[in-house]
Amino acid sequence: MSLLAGDPRVLSVGAELFADSVRAQAVTVRTVDWRPPMAGSENDLARVLADPRRSAANSTAVDRMLAVSARLVDVVPAGDLLGLGPSDYLHAGPPIDWDRASGPLRGALIGAALFEGVAASPDDAERVLAAGSSISLAPCHSRSAVGPMAGVVSRSMWMFVIEDEATGRRTYCSLNEGLGKVLRYGAYGPEVLDRLRWMSAVLGPLLQTALRARGPVDVTALLAQMVQMGDEAHNRNRAGTLMFLRELLPALIGSGAPAGDVAEAVRFVAGNDHFFLNLAMPACKLALDAARDVPGSSMVVAMARNGTDFGIQVSGTGDRWFTGPAQVPDGLFLGNYGPADANPDIGDSAITETAGLGGFAMAAAPAIVRFVGGAVADALATTSRMYEITLAEHPTFSIPVLEFRGTPCGIDVTKVVRTGILPQINTGMAGRAAGTGQVGAGLVTPPGSVFADALRALAAAAPAVC
Amino acid sequence: MSAAGGPDVEYVEARRGAYADSVTLLQVTRRVADTPGVRGALVAMATDLNLDLARGMGFSVPESAGPNDLLIAVRAEDEAALAAAKDAVLAALTAPAGATAAPTDVPPATTASALRREPADLVLVSVPGPSAFAEAADALDAGCDVMIFSDNVPVEQEVALKRRALSEGRLVMGPDCGTAVVGGIGLGFANAVGPGPVGLVAASGTGAQQLMSLLDEAGVGISACLGVGGRDLSAAVGGLATVSALDLLDADPATELVVVVSKPPAQEVADRVREHADRLRTPVVLGLLGEGQPDLTALAASVLQRLDRPAPEWPRWTPRSVADPRPGSLRGLYSGGTLCDEAMLLAAGSLGRVLSNIPLRPDWRLDRTLRSPGNLMIDFGDDDLTRGRPHPMIDGSLRAERLLAEADDPTAAVALLDVVLGYGAAADPAADVAAAIAKACAAGLRVLVALVGTAGDPQNREEQAGRLVDAGAEVFASNAQAARAAVSLVAGARE
Repeated sequence: MSLLAGDPRVLSVGAELFADSVRAQAVTVRTVDWRPPMAGSENDLARVLADPRRSAANSTAVDRMLAVSARLVDVVPAGDLLGLGPSDYLHAGPPIDWDRASGPLRGALIGAALFEGVAASPDDAERVLAAGSSISLAPCHSRSAVGPMAGVVSRSMWMFVIEDEATGRRTYCSLNEGLGKVLRYGAYGPEVLDRLRWMSAVLGPLLQTALRARGPVDVTALLAQMVQMGDEAHNRNRAGTLMFLRELLPALIGSGAPAGDVAEAVRFVAGNDHFFLNLAMPACKLALDAARDVPGSSMVVAMARNGTDFGIQVSGTGDRWFTGPAQVPDGLFLGNYGPADANPDIGDSAITETAGLGGFAMAAAPAIVRFVGGAVADALATTSRMYEITLAEHPTFSIPVLEFRGTPCGIDVTKVVRTGILPQINTGMAGRAAGTGQVGAGLVTPPGSVFADALRALAAAAPAVC
Repeated sequence: MSAAGGPDVEYVEARRGAYADSVTLLQVTRRVADTPGVRGALVAMATDLNLDLARGMGFSVPESAGPNDLLIAVRAEDEAALAAAKDAVLAALTAPAGATAAPTDVPPATTASALRREPADLVLVSVPGPSAFAEAADALDAGCDVMIFSDNVPVEQEVALKRRALSEGRLVMGPDCGTAVVGGIGLGFANAVGPGPVGLVAASGTGAQQLMSLLDEAGVGISACLGVGGRDLSAAVGGLATVSALDLLDADPATELVVVVSKPPAQEVADRVREHADRLRTPVVLGLLGEGQPDLTALAASVLQRLDRPAPEWPRWTPRSVADPRPGSLRGLYSGGTLCDEAMLLAAGSLGRVLSNIPLRPDWRLDRTLRSPGNLMIDFGDDDLTRGRPHPMIDGSLRAERLLAEADDPTAAVALLDVVLGYGAAADPAADVAAAIAKACAAGLRVLVALVGTAGDPQNREEQAGRLVDAGAEVFASNAQAARAAVSLVAGARE
């Protein structure tokens, strides 16, 4: 429409004075709740926003993410799958070495070394790991994998294999151990190792047999259903876990395995409300990996923490990590634990938020918001706020209480830097000291600097403003 | 150790069939643990994990407890504290849900978000200049026209926005020219004018305000005023928005005559605009200010002539008595850059050198003190004087202070000011300067004011003029007339 063709509908951003003077002429004017961007980011913002590739690049990234259909196609040991030897360990978050590793990550690595028989005692394991010469550490993300909390994967652990039906691309994740004293929270006591041994000896093979007999499970479809059943797929996976069990139960029973093993496996899965988390995470990664490496795209494709650093990767900047200090979550503590016992934020599970679930789908799971003493309205407000920093609304993950609006997905670095609104992450809390296990759960955000740093790299790769 | 010196007391119960979700129970646990005198507490469903946790805290838990029972375990320093803790558990478990729901309506944090919720045609951007690009780009993304009021927008960003707008058939107005009238709505600093045949393209904010005010005085309204930005006719920007605005007005059936008013343009850009104007069906009057060019009042007269309308006597308001002019120099204290420019051009013609913070010639620049015993003019709306301060059209206090200083300056003879009315300007701008005017007049200065505005402006022009005259100022609707009168006072006293 031509500017002069009629009464223009007016939007005002900035000084309230100008909006007021339009209102004084009896003309309706809407306003923007504008805030200054992160300090010193103005030139980078202009350069990235002026990048002629940006708009199409972000559309491409979003379309690729949304086109992925994740299916669980197999369950196999990590060793052959990922080419891991007894001393090769994967971990959550951006790259890190033993010296900078936090308590829970060290604890989980000690546990893995004991589990793989590389060390005879925790002290022995610590010596071997600290020496480093015979050990290799790599982020899960560097091997198409994700791991919750410490995210430590070693060769004898069994992995879910998630595949995109259309492209055949795959991602991987270990099997969830449950809550409390577990390896991923940094515990490595005998009960932790016994559970891992049982998972490798009984649970993994059983799931493999059942799944191969039954055929692939559509994880994306389960995610869509569970979001309508009160799960946000990060801190609440109750409905997803039960639906997954329902999918697999006939094949488990019909597998011919000893009834006692089947019963034990079913009891284990049904008793662990977070079992589905380890399917949700690789499904989210599969979708986000499809959006990687689109030149000019400012969409975040990974958020991950190693207990020391919080890192993000962005579509337009390849595999580069932008890192800053991981924050301590705000939340509720188990038993006598308190904030001083909590380790900074850890785990690859923020991949769920990156894909539009977890904190971004908080409105679907109001129970979660009470981790910080909030009200149901806060859950709705959190999801609503995330639309301010995302590129799209998910066509499959829809929230009943928001009139089935799709969850906010595809975090845009430029929007985070402009608004200062940080992604809301729901998370568990690991004990600061190695060997402690879980101490609580709560809410956390990334350090804002990682988005400003990513923006700077995007700006450096963009043409100058003409 | 307990405060009373005795051993801690414990209470452990597995309440059959009671259920609350784990998050609620974590909150209850926290509340109970915060009760004075409580040493430890766990309120949780009696799952194996939680029973272990309780044992780990030193509680002896009942063997019969199962996952469908609610475990309450409290340790306190005495019986009174324990009783209080048990009450706290009960109270917390039966507490009604909070009725104070937080609002879920999250306001849009970006222009893009606001436009996604509800479309608009025109976006007004007045965020700080370095941030204006992002909001303007959002507006263009959504297919809107844009008006940028912000100062200090990097010129390359202005060019990028305007190039893009040109290729997408949109208009980016501004920056550095906070004036527009579109669809009868005054945007930014604009005057209340009626509809009429004249379409303005303005690369000068106060220039456009002077012109539309004078036309209004002659009974001629405007179809639209498109403020294209103070730099639009510079070599860097190259008239990108001026050309678009000309095309828009050419296509507008309500526009019979187009007037371009601009600060002194780059020569090659002026030529390009002239060529473009010559190709339009609608006649165009070019008011490109500069040395040897007609002033704004003369421009208004020539526009009226093109419309076959007589030019009226421009209003003047004169005090009952004024002092005889004393020898000394001219002090121009302006809020509008173009008005300041116009006054300097007129003054330099007969007085010679006029120092300024926006000098006509580089060697006429005032030093940083903004002081000189000679003729000088200050544009208080210049970027350097508005950083971190409201524009002088919104807050006149800086100018008033300076006028008080001039009253005490024996080298000053005549003070020349503008007072600009209209939407966006201060509610009572005459009041901001009246006291200082009175003091200057009492000290023997002559004070002349260009009162730029229309009879319909919200400030009430007659009242404003009355207030200025009462303070002792001679008031002119035409800035050029005010400047000429001031110059002749200074020149006459010199002779």
